[in-house]
Amino acid sequence: MKTIEDLLGDHPFFEGLSRDHMALLSGCGKNVVFEEGDDVFREGQAANHFYVIRHGRVSIDIRSAGRDSVRIETLEDGNVLGWSWLVPPYQWHFDAKAVLLTRAVALDAECLRGKCEADPNLGYEMYKRFSRIMMDRLMATRLQLLDLYGKD
Amino acid sequence: MTAISDPMEPVSYRVESTRKETSDTFTLHLEPTNGGLSRPFLPGQFNMLYVFGVGEVPISISGNPSEKDRLVHTTREVGAVTGAMKNLRKRDPVGVRGPFGTHWPVDESVGSDIVFVAGGIGLAPLRPALYRVLSNRHHYGRVVLLYGTRSPDDILYKQEMRKWRSHFDLEVYVTVDRASERWRGNVGVVTNLIAKSPFDPHESVVFVCGPEIMMRYTVEALHKRGVDDEQLFLSMERNMKCGIGLCGHCQFGPEFICKDGPVFRYDRVAGQLDMWEL
Repeated sequence: MKTIEDLLGDHPFFEGLSRDHMALLSGCGKNVVFEEGDDVFREGQAANHFYVIRHGRVSIDIRSAGRDSVRIETLEDGNVLGWSWLVPPYQWHFDAKAVLLTRAVALDAECLRGKCEADPNLGYEMYKRFSRIMMDRLMATRLQLLDLYGKD
Repeated sequence: MTAISDPMEPVSYRVESTRKETSDTFTLHLEPTNGGLSRPFLPGQFNMLYVFGVGEVPISISGNPSEKDRLVHTTREVGAVTGAMKNLRKRDPVGVRGPFGTHWPVDESVGSDIVFVAGGIGLAPLRPALYRVLSNRHHYGRVVLLYGTRSPDDILYKQEMRKWRSHFDLEVYVTVDRASERWRGNVGVVTNLIAKSPFDPHESVVFVCGPEIMMRYTVEALHKRGVDDEQLFLSMERNMKCGIGLCGHCQFGPEFICKDGPVFRYDRVAGQLDMWEL
Protein backbone atom coordinates (compact mmCIF):
# COMPACT_ATOMS: atom_id res chain seq x y z
CA MET A 1 0.00 0.00 0.00
CA LYS A 2 1.28 3.45 -0.85
CA THR A 3 1.92 5.96 1.89
CA ILE A 4 0.76 9.59 1.71
CA GLU A 5 4.34 10.53 0.90
CA ASP A 6 4.37 8.07 -2.02
CA LEU A 7 1.05 9.40 -3.32
CA LEU A 8 2.20 13.02 -3.13
CA GLY A 9 5.52 12.05 -4.71
CA ASP A 10 3.61 10.62 -7.71
CA HIS A 11 1.72 13.87 -8.25
CA PRO A 12 3.15 16.43 -10.72
CA PHE A 13 2.40 19.34 -8.37
CA PHE A 14 5.17 18.21 -6.01
CA GLU A 15 7.76 17.40 -8.66
CA GLY A 16 11.21 18.59 -7.64
CA LEU A 17 10.36 19.11 -3.96
CA SER A 18 13.04 17.89 -1.52
CA ARG A 19 12.51 14.71 0.49
CA ASP A 20 12.51 16.70 3.74
CA HIS A 21 9.76 18.97 2.47
CA MET A 22 7.80 16.00 1.16
CA ALA A 23 8.01 14.41 4.59
CA LEU A 24 6.81 17.62 6.22
CA LEU A 25 3.87 17.97 3.84
CA SER A 26 2.87 14.33 4.14
CA GLY A 27 2.36 14.82 7.86
CA CYS A 28 -0.54 17.16 7.00
CA GLY A 29 -2.18 14.80 4.47
CA LYS A 30 -4.85 12.13 4.54
CA ASN A 31 -6.60 10.05 1.88
CA VAL A 32 -10.15 11.05 0.99
CA VAL A 33 -12.78 9.69 -1.40
CA PHE A 34 -15.79 11.54 -2.81
CA GLU A 35 -18.65 9.67 -4.41
CA GLU A 36 -20.18 11.05 -7.58
CA GLY A 37 -22.36 14.04 -6.61
CA ASP A 38 -20.71 14.65 -3.23
CA ASP A 39 -19.84 18.21 -2.26
CA VAL A 40 -16.12 18.68 -1.72
CA PHE A 41 -16.77 22.14 -0.28
CA ARG A 42 -19.34 24.92 -0.52
CA GLU A 43 -18.93 28.64 -1.05
CA GLY A 44 -18.51 30.51 2.26
CA GLN A 45 -17.24 27.49 4.21
CA ALA A 46 -13.85 27.66 5.92
CA ALA A 47 -11.02 26.63 3.57
CA ASN A 48 -9.53 24.03 5.87
CA HIS A 49 -7.91 21.86 3.20
CA PHE A 50 -6.60 21.78 -0.29
CA TYR A 51 -6.90 18.68 -2.42
CA VAL A 52 -4.41 16.85 -4.56
CA ILE A 53 -6.58 14.97 -7.06
CA ARG A 54 -5.35 11.46 -7.80
CA HIS A 55 -8.29 10.12 -9.84
CA GLY A 56 -11.68 11.43 -10.82
CA ARG A 57 -13.21 14.77 -11.70
CA VAL A 58 -14.28 17.71 -9.56
CA SER A 59 -16.26 20.69 -10.82
CA ILE A 60 -16.02 24.31 -9.73
CA ASP A 61 -19.51 25.81 -9.76
CA ILE A 62 -20.96 29.26 -9.11
CA ARG A 63 -24.31 29.33 -7.41
CA SER A 64 -26.86 32.03 -7.97
CA ALA A 65 -30.23 32.23 -6.23
CA GLY A 66 -33.09 31.20 -8.49
CA ARG A 67 -30.81 29.99 -11.29
CA ASP A 68 -29.00 26.81 -12.12
CA SER A 69 -25.40 26.68 -10.98
CA VAL A 70 -22.87 27.51 -13.68
CA ARG A 71 -20.03 25.07 -14.11
CA ILE A 72 -16.90 27.09 -14.81
CA GLU A 73 -14.14 24.55 -14.59
CA THR A 74 -13.40 20.90 -13.97
CA LEU A 75 -10.25 19.47 -12.44
CA GLU A 76 -8.97 15.96 -12.85
CA ASP A 77 -6.09 13.58 -12.19
CA GLY A 78 -2.89 15.54 -11.71
CA ASN A 79 -4.65 18.78 -10.75
CA VAL A 80 -4.79 20.57 -7.42
CA LEU A 81 -8.06 21.92 -6.04
CA GLY A 82 -8.26 25.07 -3.92
CA TRP A 83 -5.99 27.94 -2.99
CA SER A 84 -8.29 29.87 -0.62
CA TRP A 85 -6.51 28.16 2.27
CA LEU A 86 -3.50 30.38 1.43
CA VAL A 87 -5.23 33.75 1.57
CA PRO A 88 -7.14 35.25 4.53
CA PRO A 89 -9.97 35.02 5.45
CA TYR A 90 -9.48 31.36 4.35
CA GLN A 91 -12.97 30.85 2.92
CA TRP A 92 -14.07 29.10 -0.27
CA HIS A 93 -15.37 31.40 -3.01
CA PHE A 94 -17.02 28.71 -5.12
CA ASP A 95 -18.64 25.31 -4.75
CA ALA A 96 -16.69 22.17 -5.59
CA LYS A 97 -18.45 18.91 -6.37
CA ALA A 98 -17.28 15.44 -7.36
CA VAL A 99 -18.63 14.85 -10.87
CA LEU A 100 -17.15 11.35 -10.90
CA LEU A 101 -15.87 9.14 -8.12
CA THR A 102 -12.81 11.06 -6.94
CA ARG A 103 -9.84 10.00 -4.87
CA ALA A 104 -7.59 12.69 -3.47
CA VAL A 105 -5.14 13.55 -0.75
CA ALA A 106 -6.52 16.32 1.48
CA LEU A 107 -3.87 18.51 3.06
CA ASP A 108 -4.82 20.18 6.31
CA ALA A 109 -4.53 23.96 5.85
CA GLU A 110 -3.79 24.92 9.44
CA CYS A 111 -1.08 22.27 9.70
CA LEU A 112 0.40 23.41 6.38
CA ARG A 113 0.29 27.12 7.15
CA GLY A 114 2.10 26.41 10.42
CA LYS A 115 4.83 24.46 8.64
CA CYS A 116 5.19 27.14 5.97
CA GLU A 117 5.55 29.83 8.65
CA ALA A 118 8.16 27.77 10.46
CA ASP A 119 10.08 26.87 7.29
CA PRO A 120 10.11 29.80 4.83
CA ASN A 121 11.79 27.62 2.17
CA LEU A 122 8.81 25.29 2.22
CA GLY A 123 6.48 28.30 2.18
CA TYR A 124 8.29 29.73 -0.85
CA GLU A 125 8.11 26.38 -2.67
CA MET A 126 4.38 26.20 -2.03
CA TYR A 127 3.80 29.80 -3.18
CA LYS A 128 5.83 29.22 -6.35
CA ARG A 129 3.72 26.19 -7.20
CA PHE A 130 0.41 27.83 -6.41
CA SER A 131 1.38 31.02 -8.31
CA ARG A 132 1.91 28.90 -11.40
CA ILE A 133 -1.50 27.32 -11.00
CA MET A 134 -3.13 30.70 -10.41
CA MET A 135 -1.47 32.09 -13.54
CA ASP A 136 -2.55 29.14 -15.69
CA ARG A 137 -6.13 29.36 -14.43
CA LEU A 138 -6.28 33.14 -14.84
CA MET A 139 -5.08 32.70 -18.42
CA ALA A 140 -7.65 29.99 -19.06
CA THR A 141 -10.41 32.13 -17.56
CA ARG A 142 -9.46 35.04 -19.79
CA LEU A 143 -9.64 32.80 -22.84
CA GLN A 144 -13.03 31.51 -21.74
CA LEU A 145 -14.23 35.10 -21.32
CA LEU A 146 -13.28 35.85 -24.93
CA ASP A 147 -16.01 33.48 -26.07
CA LEU A 148 -13.63 32.35 -28.82
CA TYR A 149 -16.08 30.07 -30.51
CA GLY A 150 -18.80 32.70 -30.96
CA LYS A 151 -19.59 34.46 -34.22
CA ASP A 152 -17.10 37.33 -33.91
CA MET B 1 -4.44 18.48 -56.28
CA THR B 2 -7.43 18.09 -58.58
CA ALA B 3 -7.26 19.56 -62.08
CA ILE B 4 -9.93 22.18 -62.62
CA SER B 5 -10.91 23.15 -66.15
CA ASP B 6 -11.96 26.75 -65.49
CA PRO B 7 -11.57 27.60 -61.82
CA MET B 8 -13.80 30.66 -62.11
CA GLU B 9 -16.77 28.79 -63.54
CA PRO B 10 -19.17 27.33 -60.98
CA VAL B 11 -20.41 23.79 -61.49
CA SER B 12 -24.08 23.21 -60.88
CA TYR B 13 -25.05 21.24 -57.78
CA ARG B 14 -28.32 20.92 -55.92
CA VAL B 15 -29.19 20.46 -52.29
CA GLU B 16 -29.70 16.83 -51.39
CA SER B 17 -30.43 17.60 -47.73
CA THR B 18 -29.67 20.04 -44.94
CA ARG B 19 -29.10 19.36 -41.30
CA LYS B 20 -29.15 21.69 -38.34
CA GLU B 21 -26.09 20.95 -36.20
CA THR B 22 -26.34 23.58 -33.44
CA SER B 23 -28.27 26.82 -32.94
CA ASP B 24 -26.15 28.63 -35.54
CA THR B 25 -24.44 25.92 -37.58
CA PHE B 26 -25.78 23.66 -40.29
CA THR B 27 -24.59 21.10 -42.81
CA LEU B 28 -25.41 21.08 -46.51
CA HIS B 29 -25.28 17.88 -48.53
CA LEU B 30 -24.91 18.65 -52.23
CA GLU B 31 -25.12 16.42 -55.29
CA PRO B 32 -24.15 17.19 -58.89
CA THR B 33 -27.22 18.44 -60.80
CA ASN B 34 -26.63 16.12 -63.70
CA GLY B 35 -25.90 13.07 -61.60
CA GLY B 36 -22.48 11.51 -61.73
CA LEU B 37 -19.66 12.03 -59.30
CA SER B 38 -18.59 15.15 -57.50
CA ARG B 39 -15.05 16.42 -57.89
CA PRO B 40 -12.59 14.56 -55.68
CA PHE B 41 -11.00 16.55 -52.87
CA LEU B 42 -8.34 16.13 -50.24
CA PRO B 43 -8.99 16.62 -46.50
CA GLY B 44 -8.57 20.28 -45.57
CA GLN B 45 -9.49 21.76 -48.96
CA PHE B 46 -12.37 24.19 -49.46
CA ASN B 47 -14.95 25.08 -52.10
CA MET B 48 -16.45 28.41 -53.11
CA LEU B 49 -20.22 27.96 -52.76
CA TYR B 50 -22.43 30.26 -54.75
CA VAL B 51 -26.02 30.98 -53.72
CA PHE B 52 -27.45 32.36 -56.94
CA GLY B 53 -28.53 36.00 -56.68
CA VAL B 54 -26.92 36.40 -53.26
CA GLY B 55 -23.20 35.72 -53.46
CA GLU B 56 -20.32 33.36 -53.03
CA VAL B 57 -18.44 32.26 -49.90
CA PRO B 58 -15.50 29.93 -49.16
CA ILE B 59 -16.46 26.92 -47.06
CA SER B 60 -14.23 24.05 -46.10
CA ILE B 61 -15.30 20.58 -47.11
CA SER B 62 -16.36 18.52 -44.13
CA GLY B 63 -17.48 15.25 -45.70
CA ASN B 64 -15.84 11.93 -46.26
CA PRO B 65 -13.31 12.04 -49.13
CA SER B 66 -14.21 8.49 -50.10
CA GLU B 67 -17.87 9.42 -50.75
CA LYS B 68 -17.75 10.39 -54.41
CA ASP B 69 -21.39 11.12 -55.05
CA ARG B 70 -21.87 14.16 -52.86
CA LEU B 71 -20.23 17.13 -51.21
CA VAL B 72 -20.69 17.99 -47.55
CA HIS B 73 -20.13 21.44 -46.05
CA THR B 74 -20.77 22.57 -42.49
CA THR B 75 -20.88 26.27 -41.81
CA ARG B 76 -22.12 28.90 -39.42
CA GLU B 77 -24.69 31.51 -40.30
CA VAL B 78 -22.68 34.73 -40.17
CA GLY B 79 -23.77 36.88 -43.11
CA ALA B 80 -26.07 37.31 -46.10
CA VAL B 81 -24.79 34.34 -48.09
CA THR B 82 -24.64 31.83 -45.25
CA GLY B 83 -28.01 33.20 -44.06
CA ALA B 84 -29.50 32.42 -47.48
CA MET B 85 -27.71 29.09 -47.52
CA LYS B 86 -29.33 28.11 -44.25
CA ASN B 87 -32.74 28.56 -45.86
CA LEU B 88 -31.98 26.40 -48.89
CA ARG B 89 -34.30 23.46 -49.40
CA LYS B 90 -33.97 20.08 -51.09
CA ARG B 91 -33.25 20.41 -54.82
CA ASP B 92 -32.35 24.13 -54.61
CA PRO B 93 -29.38 24.96 -56.88
CA VAL B 94 -25.92 25.88 -55.60
CA GLY B 95 -22.87 26.76 -57.69
CA VAL B 96 -19.61 25.14 -56.65
CA ARG B 97 -16.07 26.17 -57.54
CA GLY B 98 -13.21 24.12 -56.29
CA PRO B 99 -11.80 22.25 -54.52
CA PHE B 100 -9.06 24.73 -53.71
CA GLY B 101 -6.06 24.93 -51.45
CA THR B 102 -3.66 22.69 -49.61
CA HIS B 103 -4.58 19.66 -47.54
CA TRP B 104 -3.84 18.03 -44.19
CA PRO B 105 -0.83 15.72 -44.69
CA VAL B 106 -2.76 12.59 -43.72
CA ASP B 107 -1.11 10.14 -46.09
CA GLU B 108 2.30 11.69 -45.42
CA SER B 109 1.87 11.03 -41.68
CA VAL B 110 1.57 7.26 -41.89
CA GLY B 111 3.33 5.63 -38.94
CA SER B 112 2.82 8.54 -36.56
CA ASP B 113 0.38 9.27 -33.76
CA ILE B 114 -2.22 11.69 -35.09
CA VAL B 115 -3.63 14.38 -32.85
CA PHE B 116 -6.56 16.54 -33.94
CA VAL B 117 -7.12 19.72 -31.95
CA ALA B 118 -10.35 21.46 -32.90
CA GLY B 119 -12.06 24.55 -31.57
CA GLY B 120 -15.73 25.24 -32.28
CA ILE B 121 -16.60 24.95 -35.95
CA GLY B 122 -12.91 24.20 -36.61
CA LEU B 123 -13.91 20.57 -36.29
CA ALA B 124 -15.57 20.74 -39.73
CA PRO B 125 -12.36 21.10 -41.82
CA LEU B 126 -10.71 18.39 -39.73
CA ARG B 127 -13.46 15.83 -40.15
CA PRO B 128 -12.38 14.65 -43.65
CA ALA B 129 -8.89 14.00 -42.27
CA LEU B 130 -10.38 12.06 -39.37
CA TYR B 131 -12.42 9.95 -41.81
CA ARG B 132 -9.31 9.28 -43.87
CA VAL B 133 -7.27 8.25 -40.83
CA LEU B 134 -10.04 6.02 -39.50
CA SER B 135 -10.44 4.31 -42.86
CA ASN B 136 -6.73 3.39 -42.74
CA ARG B 137 -6.56 3.08 -38.98
CA HIS B 138 -3.87 0.38 -38.94
CA HIS B 139 -1.43 2.77 -40.66
CA TYR B 140 -1.26 5.07 -37.63
CA GLY B 141 -0.29 4.92 -33.96
CA ARG B 142 -2.57 6.51 -31.42
CA VAL B 143 -5.29 8.74 -32.77
CA VAL B 144 -6.58 11.44 -30.46
CA LEU B 145 -9.26 14.09 -30.96
CA LEU B 146 -9.26 17.06 -28.58
CA TYR B 147 -12.28 19.26 -29.06
CA GLY B 148 -13.22 22.49 -27.32
CA THR B 149 -16.40 24.40 -27.82
CA ARG B 150 -18.60 26.98 -26.13
CA SER B 151 -21.16 24.80 -24.34
CA PRO B 152 -22.60 21.28 -24.50
CA ASP B 153 -25.30 22.57 -26.88
CA ASP B 154 -22.61 23.77 -29.28
CA ILE B 155 -20.93 20.40 -29.77
CA LEU B 156 -20.74 19.72 -33.49
CA TYR B 157 -21.58 16.33 -35.00
CA LYS B 158 -22.92 15.12 -31.67
CA GLN B 159 -24.13 11.71 -32.89
CA GLU B 160 -20.90 11.05 -34.71
CA MET B 161 -18.91 12.21 -31.70
CA ARG B 162 -20.68 9.53 -29.62
CA LYS B 163 -19.82 6.93 -32.24
CA TRP B 164 -16.19 8.03 -32.33
CA ARG B 165 -16.02 7.85 -28.54
CA SER B 166 -17.13 4.26 -28.68
CA HIS B 167 -14.18 3.32 -30.91
CA PHE B 168 -11.49 1.56 -28.94
CA ASP B 169 -8.85 2.87 -31.29
CA LEU B 170 -9.77 6.57 -31.17
CA GLU B 171 -9.55 8.66 -28.03
CA VAL B 172 -11.92 11.60 -27.90
CA TYR B 173 -11.76 14.33 -25.29
CA VAL B 174 -14.29 17.14 -25.27
CA THR B 175 -14.27 20.27 -23.16
CA VAL B 176 -16.63 23.24 -23.04
CA ASP B 177 -16.12 26.81 -21.87
CA ARG B 178 -19.15 26.71 -19.61
CA ALA B 179 -21.95 24.35 -18.71
CA SER B 180 -24.75 23.74 -16.29
CA GLU B 181 -24.29 21.34 -13.41
CA ARG B 182 -25.96 18.59 -15.43
CA TRP B 183 -22.84 18.34 -17.63
CA ARG B 184 -20.51 15.61 -16.38
CA GLY B 185 -17.71 16.22 -18.86
CA ASN B 186 -14.75 18.58 -18.90
CA VAL B 187 -15.11 22.33 -18.47
CA GLY B 188 -12.18 24.55 -19.41
CA VAL B 189 -10.12 25.55 -22.41
CA VAL B 190 -9.03 23.00 -25.00
CA THR B 191 -5.37 23.65 -24.22
CA ASN B 192 -5.95 22.04 -20.79
CA LEU B 193 -6.51 18.73 -22.56
CA ILE B 194 -3.14 18.74 -24.27
CA ALA B 195 -1.01 18.08 -21.20
CA LYS B 196 -3.09 15.02 -20.27
CA SER B 197 -3.81 13.42 -23.60
CA PRO B 198 -2.14 10.13 -24.44
CA PHE B 199 0.15 10.70 -27.44
CA ASP B 200 3.88 10.59 -27.94
CA PRO B 201 4.95 14.20 -28.55
CA HIS B 202 8.02 13.12 -30.49
CA GLU B 203 6.16 10.72 -32.78
CA SER B 204 3.01 12.73 -33.46
CA VAL B 205 1.66 14.89 -36.20
CA VAL B 206 -0.81 17.45 -34.92
CA PHE B 207 -3.58 19.07 -36.97
CA VAL B 208 -5.08 22.21 -35.42
CA CYS B 209 -8.11 24.17 -36.56
CA GLY B 210 -10.08 26.82 -34.71
CA PRO B 211 -10.08 30.53 -33.94
CA GLU B 212 -6.62 32.05 -34.34
CA ILE B 213 -6.23 32.89 -30.64
CA MET B 214 -7.12 29.34 -29.71
CA MET B 215 -4.54 28.05 -32.21
CA ARG B 216 -1.84 30.32 -30.75
CA TYR B 217 -2.35 29.00 -27.23
CA THR B 218 -2.70 25.47 -28.54
CA VAL B 219 0.70 25.74 -30.21
CA GLU B 220 2.15 27.04 -26.95
CA ALA B 221 0.72 24.07 -25.03
CA LEU B 222 1.97 21.64 -27.71
CA HIS B 223 5.45 23.14 -27.52
CA LYS B 224 5.39 22.68 -23.74
CA ARG B 225 4.45 19.05 -24.32
CA GLY B 226 7.48 18.66 -26.60
CA VAL B 227 5.92 18.81 -30.08
CA ASP B 228 8.23 20.45 -32.66
CA ASP B 229 7.15 23.07 -35.21
CA GLU B 230 7.66 20.61 -38.08
CA GLN B 231 5.03 18.27 -36.63
CA LEU B 232 2.38 20.96 -36.40
CA PHE B 233 -0.15 21.94 -39.06
CA LEU B 234 -2.73 24.72 -38.85
CA SER B 235 -5.65 25.68 -41.04
CA MET B 236 -5.83 29.45 -41.49
CA GLU B 237 -8.82 31.49 -42.53
CA ARG B 238 -9.03 34.78 -44.38
CA ASN B 239 -11.41 36.41 -46.81
CA MET B 240 -10.98 34.11 -49.81
CA LYS B 241 -12.56 35.35 -53.05
CA CYS B 242 -11.07 34.01 -56.26
CA GLY B 243 -9.67 30.79 -54.77
CA ILE B 244 -6.64 30.74 -57.05
CA GLY B 245 -4.32 33.42 -55.68
CA LEU B 246 -5.17 36.17 -58.17
CA CYS B 247 -7.32 38.71 -56.36
CA GLY B 248 -5.21 39.14 -53.22
CA HIS B 249 -8.12 39.29 -50.77
CA CYS B 250 -6.70 36.52 -48.64
CA GLN B 251 -3.10 37.67 -48.59
CA PHE B 252 -1.38 36.67 -45.35
CA GLY B 253 2.12 38.14 -45.36
CA PRO B 254 3.87 36.57 -48.34
CA GLU B 255 1.22 33.83 -48.66
CA PHE B 256 -2.21 33.59 -50.18
CA ILE B 257 -4.43 31.52 -47.94
CA CYS B 258 -6.51 30.23 -50.86
CA LYS B 259 -3.56 28.94 -52.83
CA ASP B 260 -0.66 28.40 -50.40
CA GLY B 261 -3.07 27.38 -47.60
CA PRO B 262 -5.44 27.03 -45.90
CA VAL B 263 -3.36 24.24 -44.33
CA PHE B 264 0.16 25.35 -43.44
CA ARG B 265 2.97 23.73 -41.58
CA TYR B 266 3.32 25.87 -38.47
CA ASP B 267 6.86 27.08 -39.09
CA ARG B 268 5.74 28.62 -42.37
CA VAL B 269 3.25 30.98 -40.70
CA ALA B 270 4.63 31.26 -37.16
CA GLY B 271 6.01 34.75 -37.76
CA GLN B 272 2.70 36.05 -39.02
CA LEU B 273 0.45 34.69 -36.29
CA ASP B 274 1.35 37.39 -33.79
CA MET B 275 0.98 40.30 -36.23
CA TRP B 276 -2.36 41.87 -35.51
CA GLU B 277 -2.49 43.90 -38.71
CA LEU B 278 -2.34 40.89 -41.05
